[in-house]
Amino acid sequence: MSDAVYQMIFGRLTLDALPLHEPIVVATFGVVALGGLALLGLITKYKLWGYLWSEWFTTVDHKKIGIMYMILGTVMLLRGFADAIMMRLQQAMAFNGSEGYLDAHHYDQIFTAHGVIMIFFVAMPFVTGLMNYVVPLQIGARDVSFPFLNNFSFWMTAAGAGLVMASLFVGEFAKTGWLAMAPLSGLDYSPDVGVDYYIWALQIAGVGTLLSGVNLIATIVKMRAPGMSLMKMPVFTWSALVTNVLIVAAFPVLTAVLAFLSLDRYVGTNFFTNTLGGNPMMYVNMIWIWGHPEVYILILPAFGVFSEVVSTFSGKRLFGYTSMIYALIVICILAYLVWLHHFFTMGSGASVNSFFGITTMIISIPTGAKIFNWLFTMYKGRIRYELPMMWAIAFMLTFTVGGMTGVLLAVPPADFVLHNSLFLVAHFHNVIIGGVLFGMFAGINYWWPKAFGFKLDRKWGLVSFWAWVVGFWTAFTPLYVLGLMGVTRRLRTFDDPSLQIWFVIAGIGAAIVAVGIAAFLIQIAVSILNRDKLRDETGDPWGGRTLEWATTSPPPHYNFAFTPVVHDLDAWHDMKSRGGKVPAEGYMDIHMPRYTGAGVILAGLSLVSGFGLVWHIWWMAGGALLGVVGYAIWHSFDYDRDYYVTADEVAETERAGRVMAGA
Amino acid sequence: MLTCPCAPATRLATLAAASLALGGCDMVVMNPSGDVARQQADLILWSTGLMLLIIVPVMVLTVVFAWRYRASNEEAEYAPEWNHSTGLELIIWSAPLLIVIALGALTWVATHTLDPYRPIGRIAAGKPVPATQRPLEVQVVSLDWKWLFIYPEQGVASVNELVVPVDRQVRFRLSSSSVMNTFYVPAMAGMIYTMPGMETKLHAVLNKTGDFEGMSAHYSGAGFSKMRFRTYSVDEAGFEKWVSRAKGAQGRLDAKTYLQLEQPSEDDTPRQFAGVEQGIFSRIVNMCVRPNQPCMTESMHGMHANSGLPQPTNNAVRPRTPPAFDRAPGEDVPSPRTDAAGKGASSPARTGSGAAANRETPTQKGE
Amino acid sequence: MANHTATTADAPHFWETEPHHHEAGSSTMLGFWLYLMSDCLIFAMLFAGWGVYGQSAAGGPTAPELFDLKLVALNTAMLLFSSITYGFAMIAAQEDNKRATLGWLAVTGLFGAAFLGIEMYEFAHLIHEGAGPQRSAFLSSFFALVGTHGLHVFFGMIWLTVLMVQVAKKGLIAANTRRLACLSLFWHFLDVVWIGVFTFVYLLGSMQ
Repeated sequence: MSDAVYQMIFGRLTLDALPLHEPIVVATFGVVALGGLALLGLITKYKLWGYLWSEWFTTVDHKKIGIMYMILGTVMLLRGFADAIMMRLQQAMAFNGSEGYLDAHHYDQIFTAHGVIMIFFVAMPFVTGLMNYVVPLQIGARDVSFPFLNNFSFWMTAAGAGLVMASLFVGEFAKTGWLAMAPLSGLDYSPDVGVDYYIWALQIAGVGTLLSGVNLIATIVKMRAPGMSLMKMPVFTWSALVTNVLIVAAFPVLTAVLAFLSLDRYVGTNFFTNTLGGNPMMYVNMIWIWGHPEVYILILPAFGVFSEVVSTFSGKRLFGYTSMIYALIVICILAYLVWLHHFFTMGSGASVNSFFGITTMIISIPTGAKIFNWLFTMYKGRIRYELPMMWAIAFMLTFTVGGMTGVLLAVPPADFVLHNSLFLVAHFHNVIIGGVLFGMFAGINYWWPKAFGFKLDRKWGLVSFWAWVVGFWTAFTPLYVLGLMGVTRRLRTFDDPSLQIWFVIAGIGAAIVAVGIAAFLIQIAVSILNRDKLRDETGDPWGGRTLEWATTSPPPHYNFAFTPVVHDLDAWHDMKSRGGKVPAEGYMDIHMPRYTGAGVILAGLSLVSGFGLVWHIWWMAGGALLGVVGYAIWHSFDYDRDYYVTADEVAETERAGRVMAGA
Repeated sequence: MLTCPCAPATRLATLAAASLALGGCDMVVMNPSGDVARQQADLILWSTGLMLLIIVPVMVLTVVFAWRYRASNEEAEYAPEWNHSTGLELIIWSAPLLIVIALGALTWVATHTLDPYRPIGRIAAGKPVPATQRPLEVQVVSLDWKWLFIYPEQGVASVNELVVPVDRQVRFRLSSSSVMNTFYVPAMAGMIYTMPGMETKLHAVLNKTGDFEGMSAHYSGAGFSKMRFRTYSVDEAGFEKWVSRAKGAQGRLDAKTYLQLEQPSEDDTPRQFAGVEQGIFSRIVNMCVRPNQPCMTESMHGMHANSGLPQPTNNAVRPRTPPAFDRAPGEDVPSPRTDAAGKGASSPARTGSGAAANRETPTQKGE
Repeated sequence: MANHTATTADAPHFWETEPHHHEAGSSTMLGFWLYLMSDCLIFAMLFAGWGVYGQSAAGGPTAPELFDLKLVALNTAMLLFSSITYGFAMIAAQEDNKRATLGWLAVTGLFGAAFLGIEMYEFAHLIHEGAGPQRSAFLSSFFALVGTHGLHVFFGMIWLTVLMVQVAKKGLIAANTRRLACLSLFWHFLDVVWIGVFTFVYLLGSMQ
C-alpha cells in the first residue's frame, strides 16, 4: 500500500503508536483490558446489557445521570491517583544520580494527565453529579429543564474521558503540564498527538459541561416549587446556581483558547507562535481567565454541601443565610478579577501585580465569612458526628490552612519566591483535596441514603476518613517544606540528596491516601452487601431540613407525587415542625420526558470524530461530524418526547415506596 | 546550599514548627543570601503573622465548638432557631476586612519596592547602594535545556554558570530562545519568566560569597529537570579572576556558536566563551540570530512595557515576506528540537526593515 | 429573610393537590438565551483576539490594504435584510400563516446564502492574494473571527432549512413556533455580532 493511501486511511496512526515496547503501559493495558473484559463478560452473562441500556445509558432522569457522573468521577479518580502514586514514587527515587524509573517521555505525560484528569474528569463530574442529583430534589422539581440535554451532557463528558483514556494506549498524552502553555504546546515544540488528545478531550467534555451549566441555571430559575423565592432556596442550590453561572461565563473562554491553539496546530495560524505576530502571553491570559473561575466552579458546590451538612448535623438553622448568599455572589464576581495572580512572575508592572494581588485577598473576606457562618451554625448546636459532619470539621481545619497559604501566594513579592514551587503545589492540593474532595465525600455520605435507601457503612467510612485526612497532611506538609527549600514543581530528578527524606514522607502520605481510596470503595461494597441492615426506612435518615428529604428513598423517578409548596427556608424542616403530612391519595397524572439513546449516539460520534482529528484521519473525523449533524437533525424530527405517568401508576409507585420504607 | 545534620525523625517531629518558625534547616527561601530574597522572606513572615491573627482563632474555635456542642454534651446550650446576629455578622465580615486592608497596604508597598524591574534601593539592610557603583549587567537566555549568561561589559559569556561579585547590584536582562522558562536562584531573589521574543528584567544582589543553586522553575520540555546552573558569588578579585579565566577559554559566542548552542541538549557542563559578538542578545530577543532572518523592528519588553492591563508583548512587525504555506494542515512540521534547520531556516531571505512599527515604542520604567 | 414563620399558624397547605399545568418548554427560551450568552463570550474572546492581534501584520499586508469596504457593505446589507425578513417570518408565524412563514423563511435563507457566498468570495480572494490565515497573527485573528461568524451563519442556514421542512410537515404547532423563536434569537444575535465585526474589524481596521 502506498504511503499516500495509507495516510488517507489511517492518518498518522501507525503500529508504532501502540506502546508495545513499554512494559508499564502494556501491563496497565493488560490489567485494564482484563478487568474490562471481565466486567463486559459479567454484564453479558447476567444479561444486563438491555437493563443498562434502557434504564441507565438512555435515561433522562436527573438522579440516574447524577449517579453516572459520580461513577465516572470515581473511576477516573483511580486513574488520576495512579498517576499521582507514580509521580510520588519517581520523585522519592530519583536522587544521587538515579534517573528513577520513569523517563521524561513518561513522567511528563503522567503529571499532565494527573492534572487534567483530576480537574476535568474527577472533580468536575463529582460536582456536576452532585448538583444534578440534588438540585431538582431540593427545589421540589420533577426533573431538570432539559432532561435530554442532561443525558447528552453526561455522555459528552464521558466521551472526553474516553479520549484521555485512549491516549494511554494509542499514542501518547500531552507533555505540557495540565494547562498546555504555549508556545510549548504549539506545533513547533509538541508535534506529536499528545496535545491534540488534550485539545479534543477538553473540547468534547467542555460542550457537556457548558450545556449542563445552561441546563441547571434554567432549572433553578424556572422550576422551583411554588413559594420558593430566591432567598428561600437551600444554600446548596444557591451554590449550584452561582457555580453554573460561572461555568456558562467561563467555559466559552476555554473553548476559544483551545480553538485558537487547535487552529495553530491544524491550520498553521499564528495566535500563540513565537513568530509572525503570534503572542504566547495571550494564551497565558486567556487560559487563566477561564482557569481561575474554574477553581471556584469546583469549590462553591463543596461550600454548598458543607452548609447543608453543618446545619443538618448541628440540628440548627444555618447561621447567617443572607450573608452566605451574598458571599457566594461576591466570590462569583471577584473570580473574574484575579486571573493575573497566576503569573505575577511574568513581569507585569508593580501596580498591576498589586491590583490583582489585592483583589485576590478580597476574595478571602467572603470566604472567611462563610467559615465563620459554619462555625456559628455549630455554636449552640447539638452536633451529631455522623460521617458527613466529620468531613465537614476536617474541611474547616484543613481548608483554612490552604486558604492562608493561598492569600500568602497572592502577595506578589512572596509569590516571586513561591510561584511554581512545591509550596504552590501543596497549596492547591490543600484547597482542592481539603475543600473539593472532602466536600464530595461529605456529600456522598450525606446523600447516599437518599439515592439508594440505605446508609453507608460507618466503620469503613471512618477508615476512609482518617486515612484521607492523615494521608493528605503526610503527603503535602513535606511539599510545603520543600517549597520553602526552593524546590520547584514538575521535576523528574534531583541533585540535592538532603531533599529525599521529604519526598519519601510525601510518598508515604500518598500510600495512606491510597488506603483511604480503597476504604471508600470497600465502604460502598460492604454497604451494598449489608444494605438490609443499613436500610433507612424513613426517607429522612439525618433529620434533614431541605426538600430532598421529603420524598421516599430512593425517590420515585418523578421525585414528588405532589409538588411541595414552600413557606420558609428549610422547607422540609418547616413542614415537619408544623405537621405537614404528604397526602396518601388523590394522585394526579404526571408529565415526564421519555428516555432516549440520542445522547449516547451523538457523544459516541463526537468521540470518534475527536479520535479522527487527533490522528489526522480526516474521513473519520469528517464522517463522524456529519453523523453528529445528521443524527441531531433526524432526532429533531422526533416530536414525541414525553408521556404521562397515570395517577394509578403513581399510586402504585407511592404505595410500593411506602411499603419499602416501612411506613 | 547548607545541608542539615538533623535526623529524619527529628525533622518529621519538628515539621510543622519548622515550616512556620523558619529556623528550618535548609529552607533557602526563608534563609537566603541575597537582600531581595531576604526582604521577600520577611514579607512571607509578616503576611503569615497577619493572617494567623484570624486563622488561629478560627481553628481554635472550630475545635472548641466541635467539642463543646457535641450531641452527647447535654449541658451545652441548644438554640436550634438561633441563626442571626447583626453584631456577629459585623465582626465576621469586618475582621477579615481589616486584615486584608493591612495586608493590602503591605502588599502595595512591598510590590513596588520589590518590583524586579526596579533597581534595588540598598545592598543590604542599612547599606545603601554606593553612588559610584554601577550595576553589573548580565544577559540571560534560557535555551533547550541550559542557561546562557552574557556579560556584555566584560565581553565574556558562560553556559550553566553564573558568577557575580558579592554585594554588587546585578541587572539581569532575560529572554528565551524557544519556550518559556523561569529564571530562579532561590538564595538571591524571586523568579522571573524568560520568554521568547520578549525581554524581562530582574535586579538583585548576593550578600554572601558562596555556591548557590539556580534553575528553571517553569516546565519547558523533556530536559527541564536538568536545567540547572551553579551561581557563584565571589569577591571583586575573584570576579576579575573568573573574567580573565573566561577570556582564556576556547571559542567565542557569535551567531554561529549560538545557533549550535541553541540545539536541544541536557545536562551541559559549564563552559565559557572568551568573547561575545556585539549585539547578540538584542538579536536573540528579536529572534533574528539566524543569518538573513529579519529582526522584529521593535522589541517589546515583557508586559511591563505596557502600563495597565496585561498586553500583547510579542508584537513583532517584520518586513513583508511572501506567503509561505509551509505548514499545510496535517503536515508534520519538523520540530526545532529535533531538526537542526527548524522552521525559521526555511524563511525566505529578506533584508531591511521596511515596515515601520505602528505602535509607539514603549518606554521602560525604572531605568 | 430567615425569620421562622411561626406566624402563619393556620395549617398552610404544603403540597399542591390541585392539577397544575406546567407549560411544556417554558424554560426553552431562557435556556437558549443562556446558550447565546455563552456563545457571545466566545465571540468576545474572538474580538479580544482581534484587539490584540489586529495590528500584528508581521510585515505582511495590513487591514487597510486588504479590506474592500464596498464588498463588505454589500455583505452587511445581505445579513441585515435577512434579519428583517426573518422578522416578517415571525410575524407571519404569529398570525398562524404557514405559507407566508415558509415564504419569508425561504427569502431569509436566500439572503443568508448570498452573505455566505460573498464571504467565501472574499476569503478566497484574500487567500489567493497571499493573505491567508497563516500569513500573520492579524490575518489569523481576522479569519478566526469572521470565519466563526460565517460558520454560525452556515449552521443557522442548516437549521433554517430543517425548520422549514418541519413547519411544512407539522405546521405551526407550539414546538415549531418555539423553535422558530429560538432560531430568531440566534439569527438576530448573529446580526448583532456582525455589526460588531463590521465596525471593529472592517471600518476601524480600514482606518488604521
